[in-house]
Amino acid sequence: MSMSAAVPVLDLSLVPRVDAVGVEERAAALGKRSIKKEAKRSGIRLAISMLDLTTLEGKDSEGKVRQLCRKAVRPLPADPTVPHVAAVCVYPNLVPVAKDALAGSGVKVASVATGFPAGLVPLPVKLDETRRAVAMGADEVDMVIDRGAFLSGGFTAVFEEIAAVKAACGPAHLKVILETGELETYDNVRKASHLAMAAGADFIKTSTGKVVPAATPAVVLVMLEAIRDHYFETGRRVGLKPAGGIRTSKQALHLLVLVKETLGDAWLTPDLFRIGASTVTNDLLMQLAKESSGRYQSADYFTKD
Amino acid sequence: MSTTVKDDTARNEAAEKVAAEKPRLEFGGAWKYAPSPEATDHVEIAPRYGLFIGGRFVPPRSKKHFPTINPATEEALSEVADAGAADVDAAVRAAEEAHRRRWSKLSPAARGKYIYRIARLIQEKSRALAVLETMNGGKPIKESRDVDVPLAAAHFFYYAGWADKLSWAFRGRRAESLGVCGQIIPWNFPLLMAAWKIAPALACGNTVVLKPAETTPLTALALAEVCREADLPPGVVNVVTGAGETGAHVVNHPGVAKIAFTGSTEVGKVIQRAVAGTGKRLTLELGGKAANIVFEDAAIDQAVEGIVNGIYFNQGHVCCAGSRLLVQESIEPVVRRKLAHRIATLRLGNPLDKNTDVGAINSGAQLAKIRELVQSGVDEGAELHQSACAIPVKGFWFPPTFFTGVAQSHRIAREEIFGPVLAVMTFRTPEEAVEKANNTPYGLSAGVWTDKGSKIFQVSSRLRAGVVWANTFNKFDPASPFGGYKESGFGREGGVQGLREYVELRA
Repeated sequence: MSMSAAVPVLDLSLVPRVDAVGVEERAAALGKRSIKKEAKRSGIRLAISMLDLTTLEGKDSEGKVRQLCRKAVRPLPADPTVPHVAAVCVYPNLVPVAKDALAGSGVKVASVATGFPAGLVPLPVKLDETRRAVAMGADEVDMVIDRGAFLSGGFTAVFEEIAAVKAACGPAHLKVILETGELETYDNVRKASHLAMAAGADFIKTSTGKVVPAATPAVVLVMLEAIRDHYFETGRRVGLKPAGGIRTSKQALHLLVLVKETLGDAWLTPDLFRIGASTVTNDLLMQLAKESSGRYQSADYFTKD
Repeated sequence: MSTTVKDDTARNEAAEKVAAEKPRLEFGGAWKYAPSPEATDHVEIAPRYGLFIGGRFVPPRSKKHFPTINPATEEALSEVADAGAADVDAAVRAAEEAHRRRWSKLSPAARGKYIYRIARLIQEKSRALAVLETMNGGKPIKESRDVDVPLAAAHFFYYAGWADKLSWAFRGRRAESLGVCGQIIPWNFPLLMAAWKIAPALACGNTVVLKPAETTPLTALALAEVCREADLPPGVVNVVTGAGETGAHVVNHPGVAKIAFTGSTEVGKVIQRAVAGTGKRLTLELGGKAANIVFEDAAIDQAVEGIVNGIYFNQGHVCCAGSRLLVQESIEPVVRRKLAHRIATLRLGNPLDKNTDVGAINSGAQLAKIRELVQSGVDEGAELHQSACAIPVKGFWFPPTFFTGVAQSHRIAREEIFGPVLAVMTFRTPEEAVEKANNTPYGLSAGVWTDKGSKIFQVSSRLRAGVVWANTFNKFDPASPFGGYKESGFGREGGVQGLREYVELRA
């Protein structure tokens, strides 16, 4: 497919600047929202339904993925009213395992691709990996951008690569990982967000989870603001997936506050907002149990998968 | 005939479809915050307060009291004394004596010790002070908790440090105290303004008669209690409550060496006339109609935050509020859209709720003034944009509001509204922005928003305003001097400059 015609549509010089002091201040202020009682209970349930339960380690086993899928379908065995998570995110070779374990559950299978996490493989390899992941059953593909190309000013190359991967995805949804921890400035995060959306991303995603810092509140806010502008420019709602470093319920609720007060009701759904994490799950469940019982329970009461 | 109708119907349907698809954001009930009110049971409010004179709370000689209310509920919180001429006279005499016998004779380091003590006590009582400030004034608890009270403590800490360094502040000259300072403060930041006034006065060896605003006396009285707990020598700080008449007694008392006033330009002019020829020193911090200038190359989302902070902070009851938005014409539609969305997310309601962004208007009188000026904006042809937020039944409230299509000649562009109402105007060139920004009798503050550093300096150096914020707004620090040009007053508060207003310099 020819992408060259699409490139001039996006003039990155028109992308709004970001003031670091201002955006960090606003993101921190939204972290001070007091989320109590019913707001906390419903917020935690909403956050659970938005989780992309993730395992991306070299030592991932079939058994581990099956356990994770079990958790994804029924996060709190004692309470069937707790919703299932949005997706399980794995490496391509484990997609068939997850697909099998999640069959009929409503939980999606997401696969990382395109030479995750660095993205430093040739484009044909990226496209082939994408096609294979989808063929093996991935409903969603989490690709990484070539940060080296982006930082050196090769915006067209990055754009064309994303567009090509999008085409290779076919019916699968594409999440584009910017790896914001390597982009250095909020201006770059904002630019990369617009670039990815213009190239066809269904979701933009902060991080691989392999780089620190990852989904900081300010980075999330910058990306939400980019999504808002893109929506008003094109009418298309793009989703956001913060990932990496999200470990506590407080952080998860802070993310929901950022979404609620930046993009509003329409984005407070797993269709448009995901949280990429694994360890946060048990903290969400622990807080949920505490809200109903009034007491914190031992970590031993929550399954480690 | 029937085909025409059909065509119209089809056209209407098509139009509706386009309208339905037009991007818009909904800030509704997808996930609601539960009420999260700050507890009030730890705050002690006496049913009735006397005057704080000579280190003690004493009943007023006037024998008069008046109720003070919570503007969010209109319920009475307490009764405070209405100080008459005899009461003010007693307060000034107590202050004179304290100055002559104790405070001016203390070693500067010892003065500093007391001021540090006040600062620490404010920190210790910060939670109760914040709740009291919110109950009596209507401002959101998040602001009294995160801004008013911490800044009040910071001012005392800052000036405590100067107490024994005046010879450094005024090299080669001897800084002598003035005597009794009559200080009259407004209702928008009651405790913070008391701190701005008292801290530098005490550091320089003066004593104080403080007159808090009629509608917000309670935190000044709590501060009097703090002074007592700090063992401040009796008479160094005196608090006389009352309305304008009490303030006039303070201004006209012959024993007062200096008047420091923060409030309206109208009253400031009256005070300046009253002290003319008396030899009294005077500093005035008065009204404002600040221009917030947003250039097309600004970080636009952060600029919108700054606009919101500039005008809706403390319900716009801020003398340095960014009440005129000058936005470069190329980005006006975008700024207007973003501003409309942003005010839809502002949470108006119970000021004690930790999630409240916009609290109650301070008084019924102020609400009437805001309504009158907003009506004038509508009548003069500006376009009204208002948050559709629910308004509580009791109390004084006004929703976040902005006007577009405002002309320089509109009253809403010229007069200080002192409420959550913004006038939006456009400009084409930096030249025009500066001209419009300066085209006001006021000159307290201004804001400049651009990503270009050189433009910040080019523009801000030509603005006739005492404070110019660049890419931020409403930022306060005790080390930074604050004060006005033109009819916004004279004299500076804060920083080393703030000391100058409280000393007599000798060779």
